[in-house]
Amino acid sequence: MTILWTDALIFFLVLMMLVLGFYLRGKEHLRRPIGKVTASRVGMMSLVILVFFGMIGLLDSIHFKPANDKSNEIISLLDYWTTSIRQQQEKTYSSPFAAYSYSKENITTDDGRQLWTYPRLKYGGAHLKNPDIKKTHDIMQKAAIGFTKGAGLFAFFFILLLSFFKERKQTILKGTAAKPVWMIIFIIVSGSYMLIDLSGFYHVLGTDKVGEDVFYQAVKSIRTGLVIGSLTTLIMLPLAIIFGIMAGFFRGWVDDVIQYIYTTLNSIPGVLLIAASILMVQVYMANNEDQFTSLVVRADMRLLFLCLILGVTSWTGLCRLLRAETLKLREMEYVQAAQALGVRRRIILMRHILPNVMHIILISVVLDFSSLVLAEAVLSYINIGVDPTTYSWGNMINSARLEMAREPIVWWSLMASFLFMFTLVLAANIFADTVRDAFDPRRADND
Amino acid sequence: MTEALLTVNGLSVAFNQDDNVVDDISFEVFPGETFALVGESGSGKSITALSVLRLLPGNAKLTASEIDFAGENLLAIPEMDFCQIRGRRIAMIFQDPMTSLNPVMTVGDQIGEVLELHFSWAKQAIKQRTLELLEQVEIPDPERRYRDFPHQLSGGQRQRVMIAIALAGEPHLLIADEPTTALDVTIQEQIMELLERIQKQTGMALWLISHDLALVSNIADRVAVMQNGKIVEMGCNEAFFVHPKHAYTQELLAALPSMDSCLNHLKKEKPSLLKLTDFKVYYPIRKGIFKRVVDHVKAVDGVSFELQQGKTLALVGESGCGKTSLGKGLLNLIPGTSGEVLFEGVSLNQLQGDELRLKRSEMQIVFQDPFSSMNPRMLVGEIIDEGLRALHSDISAAERREQVVHLLQQVDLPVSSAYRYPHEFSGGQRQRICIARALAVKPKLIVCDEPTSALDVSVQAQIIELLKNLQQEQGLSYLFITHNIAVVAEIADEVAVMNQGKIIEYGHVEQVLKNPVNEYTRSLLNAVPVLKIT
Repeated sequence: MTILWTDALIFFLVLMMLVLGFYLRGKEHLRRPIGKVTASRVGMMSLVILVFFGMIGLLDSIHFKPANDKSNEIISLLDYWTTSIRQQQEKTYSSPFAAYSYSKENITTDDGRQLWTYPRLKYGGAHLKNPDIKKTHDIMQKAAIGFTKGAGLFAFFFILLLSFFKERKQTILKGTAAKPVWMIIFIIVSGSYMLIDLSGFYHVLGTDKVGEDVFYQAVKSIRTGLVIGSLTTLIMLPLAIIFGIMAGFFRGWVDDVIQYIYTTLNSIPGVLLIAASILMVQVYMANNEDQFTSLVVRADMRLLFLCLILGVTSWTGLCRLLRAETLKLREMEYVQAAQALGVRRRIILMRHILPNVMHIILISVVLDFSSLVLAEAVLSYINIGVDPTTYSWGNMINSARLEMAREPIVWWSLMASFLFMFTLVLAANIFADTVRDAFDPRRADND
Repeated sequence: MTEALLTVNGLSVAFNQDDNVVDDISFEVFPGETFALVGESGSGKSITALSVLRLLPGNAKLTASEIDFAGENLLAIPEMDFCQIRGRRIAMIFQDPMTSLNPVMTVGDQIGEVLELHFSWAKQAIKQRTLELLEQVEIPDPERRYRDFPHQLSGGQRQRVMIAIALAGEPHLLIADEPTTALDVTIQEQIMELLERIQKQTGMALWLISHDLALVSNIADRVAVMQNGKIVEMGCNEAFFVHPKHAYTQELLAALPSMDSCLNHLKKEKPSLLKLTDFKVYYPIRKGIFKRVVDHVKAVDGVSFELQQGKTLALVGESGCGKTSLGKGLLNLIPGTSGEVLFEGVSLNQLQGDELRLKRSEMQIVFQDPFSSMNPRMLVGEIIDEGLRALHSDISAAERREQVVHLLQQVDLPVSSAYRYPHEFSGGQRQRICIARALAVKPKLIVCDEPTSALDVSVQAQIIELLKNLQQEQGLSYLFITHNIAVVAEIADEVAVMNQGKIIEYGHVEQVLKNPVNEYTRSLLNAVPVLKIT
């Protein structure tokens, strides 16, 4: 087993979330907001989707060197389980569910004639004798079988769960959000099973320029998206929160210094800083080649530094917002009352200021999350984003730039990355909204 | 009897399916009379006015069998033509003159806008009429004020401009929704006199909406009292105030603080608790890129007084006189104070760090606005508990919970309140929570910064009663900051009148209220609306 830097940080993050969850479990006053979140149908559905994405990301974060493999590459658990899809590489573009290549080629038939035509794909639909007639029927059949298998799997675990928690049967089945949640889990399980089944015979979302399966690329990009979204936030948040609140609360020279720092940082174009730091990392890696033997390790290092530098350049906006809000809050009478009660200043910050700016943090973090994924796409364009070998929606969108200009047009790379990104960002947005509403006591009775 | 100008019959307004904010009310306003609609906050009096003008928010549902204005059915007029009613025939002035005027338009333009809308006059004529209007509302030097922006005017002048705007359409009915609530007493008196004069000049009807019974008794011809969306009593001024019939009206009248209640205070000497000598609060005015201090705003300018244990000193003054700065400066909530503070014989100037923090916590504060003085994200139990946790970290959690329960009982709140959020309570209940929070650390002095100004009269009386009881039980001292002289008589032993950062009159409550020496004190006392019973 090999632990990459980003892997370690991801597992650290998960651990922190678990500890936090455990810590908050027994808190009396949090029971109601948490109850509200679990009662919200849309909120819980988006949470299920988020967890599903998270699980794929986690599977993709367990790296090891396969024992029987001669090449020196590190692969993840996800790679291992999707080996068949990973290795079914075509020559070049093919559209979703295609049996033929997307571009014409010179092929020599068995009787020695030269033919300028669309060649059959090596893997996609290769099991069919005559794809022109049989293909639609075959896809339908395979999809139905896959879906049924998935449904069976779901039913098996569902019944197992019910028999395991007999006394909790009521909450599992009758909760407000129970029905939609089980529905969405059912769709996810059966749908994924179906897609995995189909992927054995077809390229569900086509192939890209070098013939790699686009569906596989999009799934692999989930980890990159999550890493960039969460690690960057992890670096950005403490900076923004600590500096923003301190500047607003203490005023005076503290405020001056912090404002000076972020105005200066803001006046340097972010791209310059990012380019500089990525170049530095590359130089460092070139000088210490013995430490970066594997491609994956190199790509990972670059991803980590990208997160780091994105975090360092992107905290200023939130910081400014928090400073302004804190300036307002510190004049509130409850803060003054706390001062009169002799409450220490750091406790005032923790107890009175921080909870009351939480909604701003939550909203801007979710908004930043989507813009970070997009930023990564832009940075890939000028070659300072993630490593070209790293699968990411940004890289996919970047390559789609040329594909869209082709005739006939190649649309599936863009479509796939858009679909995955859209689902993730939408789910994150809705869930954040639910959480924000649930934790605002003033909204508690209104809905 | 003459024909009624405005007839409202069976008016109900609901925001949700089940609860009527205004519940089946009927009344008339006659030409040239002053009709007062009185009620506590939330009784639906403003909603009634807004529904006549069709200014209700979109989610409101209005039902009425009749709303007639000068023989026209207002319910039948299409929205297009309603502009001919609004502003032209029925005009309205709102409570807050700070937000009712557009800050980026000159005063003259804002008045001219109404004229332009309703009369097709030439530019010159509009300006002429605007100046006339400004003169009518007694704004000095109208030629110059015409070009001024709202922020250049004082609060009273802004309300005058609002009145001028309302008068511009030459309405038959003027609705005044709490026109003086945001103003000081002396200015309130001037504005009410102005409204009366203008009414006499133009002969329009005035529909006054107010919570202040004393004010209403001086001006209204007929009075109606609203409670929970219903009109509980309606009658002529004399009949109404002399023989109130409904229990609620009697209760309201009884709750009014009266100036005579200062008789039963003891004059016994007690040891001194707090002694201020030459206390100053200066706010620096900074200018230039280096933020050099060029001058100071002297909010409190050399104040000295002494407060004895178990007594109440009332600090009276109009807005901007520095009374709140004094209270907050005393608790060190604002920087830039100077002068000697002797608390229980210990000079606070010489204490440092934790010692000072502990000593200061023996002085607590209760704020004016019960809505912003509690953290909305904390439970009431935690709010009350906060001081205990900060100062007595040795007390166990169970003991603290016991304390919280005890404190809630002291301020007459149910024990279950501890697990609820502040927004679930009414204004009066919140003020009780704030008092409990202050009491938690066993203070010797509580600075009450206008604790009842945001509350209704009946609630105000309850809070004052609570404060008095607590004083008797625990021997607390209060520094009671207020602009309402009538309340002073109820609670204070001594009074200090402040003006422009200085104490201009200081003495025993009876002496100050009955025989004021200072000119300003006298004008302040005269401006207080007193219940007029003829």
